[in-house]
Amino acid sequence: MPFIPNLIFIALLGGAIFWFSKNVGRIRRNILLGRDIDRTDNAAGRRANMLRVAFGQSKMQARPIAGFLHFIIYASFLIINIEVLEIIIDGIFGTHRFFAHYLGAAYDIIISFFEILAVATIITVVLFWWRRNVGKLDRFHKPEMKGWPFKDANIILYIEVALMFALLNMNAVEENFAASEHSFIISHSIAPLWSGLSENALHLMERFFWWIHIAGILAFLNYLPFSKHFHIILAFPNTYYANLESKGKFTNNATVTKEVKLMMDPTADPFAAPAPDADAPVEKFGAKDAMDLSWVNLLNAYTCTECGRCTSECPANLTGKKLSPRKIMMDTRDRIDEIGKNIEANGEFKDDGKALLGDYITQEELWACTSCNACVQACPVDIDPLNIIMQLRNFATMEESSAPAELNAMMTNVENNGAPWPFSQMDRANWISE
Amino acid sequence: MTTFTVPTLAQMNASGEAPEVLFWVGCAGSFDDRAKKITKAMAKILHHSGVSFAVLGTEEGCTGDPAKRAGNEFLFQMQAMMNIEVLNGYGVKHIVTTCPHCFNTLKNEYPELGGAYKVEHHSQFLNGLLKEGRLKVEGGQFRGKKITFHDPCYLGRANDEYEAPRALLEKLDVELKEMRRCKQNGLCCGAGGAQMFKEAEKGDAEINHVRADEALETKAEIVVAGCPFCNTMLTDGVKNREKEQEVQVLDLAEMIALAEDL
Repeated sequence: MPFIPNLIFIALLGGAIFWFSKNVGRIRRNILLGRDIDRTDNAAGRRANMLRVAFGQSKMQARPIAGFLHFIIYASFLIINIEVLEIIIDGIFGTHRFFAHYLGAAYDIIISFFEILAVATIITVVLFWWRRNVGKLDRFHKPEMKGWPFKDANIILYIEVALMFALLNMNAVEENFAASEHSFIISHSIAPLWSGLSENALHLMERFFWWIHIAGILAFLNYLPFSKHFHIILAFPNTYYANLESKGKFTNNATVTKEVKLMMDPTADPFAAPAPDADAPVEKFGAKDAMDLSWVNLLNAYTCTECGRCTSECPANLTGKKLSPRKIMMDTRDRIDEIGKNIEANGEFKDDGKALLGDYITQEELWACTSCNACVQACPVDIDPLNIIMQLRNFATMEESSAPAELNAMMTNVENNGAPWPFSQMDRANWISE
Repeated sequence: MTTFTVPTLAQMNASGEAPEVLFWVGCAGSFDDRAKKITKAMAKILHHSGVSFAVLGTEEGCTGDPAKRAGNEFLFQMQAMMNIEVLNGYGVKHIVTTCPHCFNTLKNEYPELGGAYKVEHHSQFLNGLLKEGRLKVEGGQFRGKKITFHDPCYLGRANDEYEAPRALLEKLDVELKEMRRCKQNGLCCGAGGAQMFKEAEKGDAEINHVRADEALETKAEIVVAGCPFCNTMLTDGVKNREKEQEVQVLDLAEMIALAEDL
């Protein structure tokens, strides 16, 4: 029965890929529930932004310590995954260290380098764990981080450490084989730990760690779609589709433009026959629920890894207000996830009496924003919480008239006398003669 | 106010003239007593530099920025269309303003609605005058003084302009001491997004007090702002610590006008 391990491996790999694709498809469908906006322009600029921000991690380095530590894990992840390719080939074809035959002496050097990265990863993960659990970094302990988000963060760290230990021990056990052909820099020094085992037990342990490692990787892959850690994939499309224009430029609503132009056009006939598309459903201004947001907003929500740099830079949050830009993103994701499940259960969305604005994000949070763009600037993967806040404000003001009374007074002034204060337009030039 | 007259665009137009630049005064600059001083300082600098300029006067209206940020897209676009009609009617090509909110809205949000102009914040325009040699600035009374500069969100992060104000300050031979949070990481004064016109939500501190404290930490004698709203917020924050006798809050334009004894 020499092919049984190969078959088990192929089944495991196929199953993992199938389930992962299914869950990625679910997230993709949820993202596409969002309103359409065009982000197909400036492909070269978008590629450059993705390379700089996601691949090059440029914005991570705004905080040098976290930036450096994160870079170690990121680089290790990318590089060590080359070995996963070998594991998959070995698993499918029943080979052992497939690349070794082709690389010769270079193979031991390369794997030794991977081992150094594995140790660096373990050290970094321990530091990350310490910062989160012992160091009590303020941004990891905000109200929105209670419960699952906090556990999620630690689970990822545990999986990463477990994977690296499996990799190192697999190599260490093998070095004790009677017919061992390899010796790698780190596992060489832990090899004596396993030297007491019989040849049979060594081979069993080597297989054990090999399977633990690959099964762990496949489990990790399938954990991603349920975790904040999905950012390792979505950071790339998210930075590609990010807003590349000035952060101060807020979108002008085209429907409003049409209406305002009509109002200001002296030749427009208010009694003219309705346009052919007049039966079309009346467009809602702004966003009340997650599907009213654009697909880029929803992509942002699934990309967020809850690092909280946005919240720690937010002037409202810094002064004790309820607003937290990270919570805006988490609420948006949780709500669109809920809508996705609703669709799966009912075939189409069945009104559940809930909405993003009100049931997830309160008016108090909404109106605490100063639109200062600190959150947008701080996000290492170009997420834009401010854009969501503004769409919710559009809905609150234009559809519900629920803006704070003082803002309504300000807007009445703008409407009546062209200034946010109740001064006459005729007095605008008084300063010249004062 | 002055020994010279500030013409309106209507007056200039009537005599068949067109100014080099339109000075967009903004609501704060027109009505707020503190901000009017910034407006006058800017007018003096423009006059002193021999720039032919005009204001819209009673034909200017709110750009719509606070309405848009408060969620009222309809009111914003009404204001924008009315202003664009006036600006295009006069064939305006170039606008300078002392308010970063007006600057941002005119520059970024008007073009799609039919109003495309070259729009500059006064720090950018004055830098242009310096480069052309039309404006000469020396330290004057500020030479060697320790100052700090507060980046307005709508000039800095919103439009990536951090250098123009600093280049002006450099000409004044001051000692610029940056706050811990500055440039891209500058902390908001608390007025943006229509917050100027409402009470803050419940919290444990006022944003402007926190920001003013950061400015005071630098031990600067002058806190320089480039926005009439930041100016108000920081002035209040300095008063909160009862430091208004020792620490002044001034606009970039006021610094230059004072340095040149205008």
